[in-house]
Amino acid sequence: MKCFKTRHCAYYFIFVGIFLLFPFSLFKYTNYVLFLVNMGAIGVIGASGLNILKGYTGVISLSQAAFMGVGAYTVAILSTKEGLPFWINLPAAGAITAIVGVVAGTPSLRLKGFYLAMATLATQFLLEYVFKNWESMTRGVQGLFITPPQIFRVHMNNDWVFYFFVVPLAFVAVLCTRNLLRTKVGRAFTAIRDRDIAAELIGINVFKYKLISFAISSFYAGVAGGLWCYYMTIINPEAFTLLVSIDYIAMVIVGGMGTIMGPVYGAIFIILLPEFIQRVMEVLQPIFRMTYTFEAFKHIVFGFTIVIFLMFEPKGLSEIFSRMGRRIAKWRRKEVREKGGY
Amino acid sequence: MEIAQHHLEVHNLSLYFGGVQALNRVDLKVKKGIVFSLIGPNGAGKTSLINCISKFYIPHEGKIIFNGREITPLRPYEVARCGISRTFQNIELFKGMTVLDNIKLGRHNHLRSGPLAGMIYWGKAKREEEELETFLDREILDFLGLTPIKHRVVATLPYGLQKRVDLARALSPKPEFLILDEPVAGMNREERQDMMKHILEIKTVWGLTIFLIEHDMEVVMNVSDSIAVMNFGEKIAEGKPEAVKKNPEVIRIYLGHSFTEG
Amino acid sequence: MELIVQVMIAGITIGSIYSLIAIGVVLIFKSSGVINFAQGSMAMIGAFIAYSFVTQLGVPIVFSLLITFLIAAAIGIVIERFVLRYLTGASLLSIIIVTLGITFIMDGGALAVWGSSNFTFPKLFPAFSLELGGIKVPSVYLWSFITAMVLLVIFLLFFKYSKMGLAMRASADNQKVAIALGISSRKVLSLTWIIASIVATGGGILLASISALHVNLSYIGLIVFPVIIIGGLDSIAGATVGGLIVGVLEAISGVYIAPHLGGAFQQVAAYLLLLIILMVKPYGLFGAKTIERL
Repeated sequence: MKCFKTRHCAYYFIFVGIFLLFPFSLFKYTNYVLFLVNMGAIGVIGASGLNILKGYTGVISLSQAAFMGVGAYTVAILSTKEGLPFWINLPAAGAITAIVGVVAGTPSLRLKGFYLAMATLATQFLLEYVFKNWESMTRGVQGLFITPPQIFRVHMNNDWVFYFFVVPLAFVAVLCTRNLLRTKVGRAFTAIRDRDIAAELIGINVFKYKLISFAISSFYAGVAGGLWCYYMTIINPEAFTLLVSIDYIAMVIVGGMGTIMGPVYGAIFIILLPEFIQRVMEVLQPIFRMTYTFEAFKHIVFGFTIVIFLMFEPKGLSEIFSRMGRRIAKWRRKEVREKGGY
Repeated sequence: MEIAQHHLEVHNLSLYFGGVQALNRVDLKVKKGIVFSLIGPNGAGKTSLINCISKFYIPHEGKIIFNGREITPLRPYEVARCGISRTFQNIELFKGMTVLDNIKLGRHNHLRSGPLAGMIYWGKAKREEEELETFLDREILDFLGLTPIKHRVVATLPYGLQKRVDLARALSPKPEFLILDEPVAGMNREERQDMMKHILEIKTVWGLTIFLIEHDMEVVMNVSDSIAVMNFGEKIAEGKPEAVKKNPEVIRIYLGHSFTEG
Repeated sequence: MELIVQVMIAGITIGSIYSLIAIGVVLIFKSSGVINFAQGSMAMIGAFIAYSFVTQLGVPIVFSLLITFLIAAAIGIVIERFVLRYLTGASLLSIIIVTLGITFIMDGGALAVWGSSNFTFPKLFPAFSLELGGIKVPSVYLWSFITAMVLLVIFLLFFKYSKMGLAMRASADNQKVAIALGISSRKVLSLTWIIASIVATGGGILLASISALHVNLSYIGLIVFPVIIIGGLDSIAGATVGGLIVGVLEAISGVYIAPHLGGAFQQVAAYLLLLIILMVKPYGLFGAKTIERL
C-alpha cells in the first residue's frame, strides 16, 4: 500500500491512533459515551445512504427508517430462526433491503419531486404496517429478541466490542460513498440530481440509475438496521417510524446535503442533540422550575434546529466548517505575507 | 450502382402541441460527413425537429432513420448511444460539477465500472478513471483549449466558455453525428470566429456529420455544405448555400435580415 | 344493511373534515407553491386553544371560537412572514422540512402546555339527532358535516366569484403579472395563510368534537396527502372530493377489511390508494402535467 505523501500517512496514523485509544481515554461514563459514539456510527451509515439518494440523486425519501427496519428484522430473523452468523446476516440484511428498496423505487420511473416523496411516505407507512402485523415473522408490537453474536467470546452488544466493530464500518461506508462519487455511477447520480432530462438526453439511463441509487441507499440502511439490531438486541416497530425517518432527513440536511462529510456531521449532531437538551434541562429545571416534559422540549428544540438551519445555513454544518477552514487558510496566508514581506 | 446510405433521414415528421403544429410532414436527408444547416425564423420548428431526433419529444407522425436503422421508438438515452450527440441551446450543463466531470459524463456509456467497483475504487474503477482522464486531456480538452480550466466549476464560467464545455461534452463520446443547437448564440465576434474554426476542424479532422441550427448567417454560409430552410413547421427550401441564398421564398422570409451580406 | 349506512355516514363526515384541512394545504400551494406539512399541527393547536378558552378560562363558546380564529390567523401570519419569507425560491425539500420543523415546534409546544392525555371537547352543537330511515345519525356527525360543507361551499364561491378570490388565483397562477396588475402578492399570501389557518382550526375543532382532543390530532396532517393526490394539488373542488373519498375508504376498510388483514389497516388504506393512483397517474388524479422546456 502506498501513501501519496508522508504527510497524509501521518494523518492516517494519527486518526487510527485516536480511534484505538479513544475508549481508554474516558475515565468516567465510558459506557455511556461509547454508546453515543456507537449510535452515531450507525447514524452515519444510515445517513450516508440517505445522502446518496437525496443529496446526490435528488430523491426525497421519507422511508429510510422503514428500510432500516427491514435490515433489522432480517438480521433478527436470520439469526434466531436460521442461526446464521453475523458475517452472513449483515450483508444479507443489506442485500434484502436493497431489493425492497428497488421495488419501492420503481415509482420513481414516472414520479418527480413532491409526488415521489409521497410515494416514499406511502412506502414508510406500508412497511410500518407490515412490521406491526406480519406477526408470524416479526412478532408484531412485541418485537423480537436476539442473542447477539460473540466476537472473541464477548457478546457484540457490549459497548466496547461494538465500538471497535461499528466505527470502522462507518468509516468504510463514508469511504465507499466518496469513491462512488469519483466514478461513473456517482457522476451519473449527480447529473440526475442537477438536470435529469439533460442527463437522459446525453445517454444516461435515468431510471436504471435511480434504481441503483435506491439499491445502494437501501443497502446502507439495511446494514445500519442490522447493526442496530445486534446492538439493541431487541427490536420492535417503534424504532422504525416516520419520526425516525425524519431524524435521518434532518441528519442529511443539517450536516450538508450532497457532501461526503455531511452525513457524519449531521449524524453526530442529531444523536447528540437530545443528550444536550437533557443536560440543559437538568441544569435549568431547578432554576426556572419548568414542568415541561423532556419529550416536549426535545420536539421543540428539534423543530427550531431544523428551521433555523434551513433559514440561515441551508448548506449545513459542512458548509460552516468549510467556511471556517477557508477563513483560517486566508488568515494564515495573510500572516505569512505580513511576516515574510511582500 | 451503389446507393449511398444517408446518415440520417427524417420522413414525414409531424408534431403537435395542443392545437399548435410545430412540425408538419418534414422530410430531410443528411449525407455522411457533411455540415448540414437548418435555418429559419424563431418558432419555425428547428429545435422541435432536433428534439424529436433526440427523443425529448415524441413525434406524432413519421419516422427517423439513422444509418439505415429506424430510431423513432428508442428512448432518449438509447439514441445517444447510437452515436448521435448534441449540444443545447440553453446549455444544459450540470452547473454544480466541474468542467472535467461534465465532459466525463459524455463518455458515460463507454465506461464499464458499476456501483460495486465504484465503491471499492482501487483497481478497476481507478484505472478506468485515469485512462478516461488521459484520453480526454489528449483528445478533447487540448483541442478546445479547455485544459487550464478543467477543474473549475461550470457555474463560475462565462457564457462563451460554458458553450465550449457543452461542445466538449458532446464530442467526448466521439460520436458519428453531431447536432449543434445554436452554438454561437449570444457570443461576441471573436468567440464566433473561434467556434466557426472549431466546427470546421471537427468536420475535417474528426470526419463527423454535423447538423447545425443557427441564426447567424455568416457562420451558416461559411461552414455549410447543404442548407434546409424551415418556416411554420414546414421545410420550404433545401440545397447548396448559394442556391438557397438566392431562393425568393427564403429571401422573403428573411426580409430585413442581414442575409444578403453573406 | 344498517352497518354499512352507518359506516358511510361516519366516513362522509370525517371525510368532509379531511377536505377542510386539505383545502388549507391546497390554498397555500396555489398561492405560493409551498406544501405545508404543518397543517395538521395547526388544526390540533387550534382545537386546544379553543378548548382552553372554553373549559379552562370559562369564556362563552362563540367568543372562544372567535378568539381562537384570531390567534390561528396570527400564527399563520407569523409562519408566513418570518419563516417562509426567508425561503422564497428554496428547494421543495427545504420547504417540506421547514414546515415539518414547525410541526415539531407546535407539537412540542402543545405537549408542554397541555400534556399527552385525552380531553373531551365541549359540546358545540345543540343535541338533536336525525333519524334517516331508522338509523340514528349522531348530532355531532350531522353538525360537523353541515359545517364542513357550508365552509367548503363558501370557499368555492369566494374563489370563483369574489374580487379577492380572483386576485388570489391570479397571484397563484403568475405572480409577476399579478403584481404588474396591482395585486399585492404579499397581501394575498398573508390572506392565504390566514384562511388556511382558520380552516385548519375549524377542522381541528370539528374533529376533536367527534373523537377526542389529544396532541396526536396533528397526525391528521398526514391524511391530507392522499386527499390532495386524489383531488389534485391545485384544485379546491378536487380536495373536497378527495377528502370524502378518503374518509369513506378509511371507514369501510376499518370495518370490513381490517379484521381480515389485521391491525389498523384503515390508516394505511389511504396511502395504498395513493400509491396505486400515482402509479397510473404520476401527477395525481386531476393534476396537470407541467411541460418541461429544454
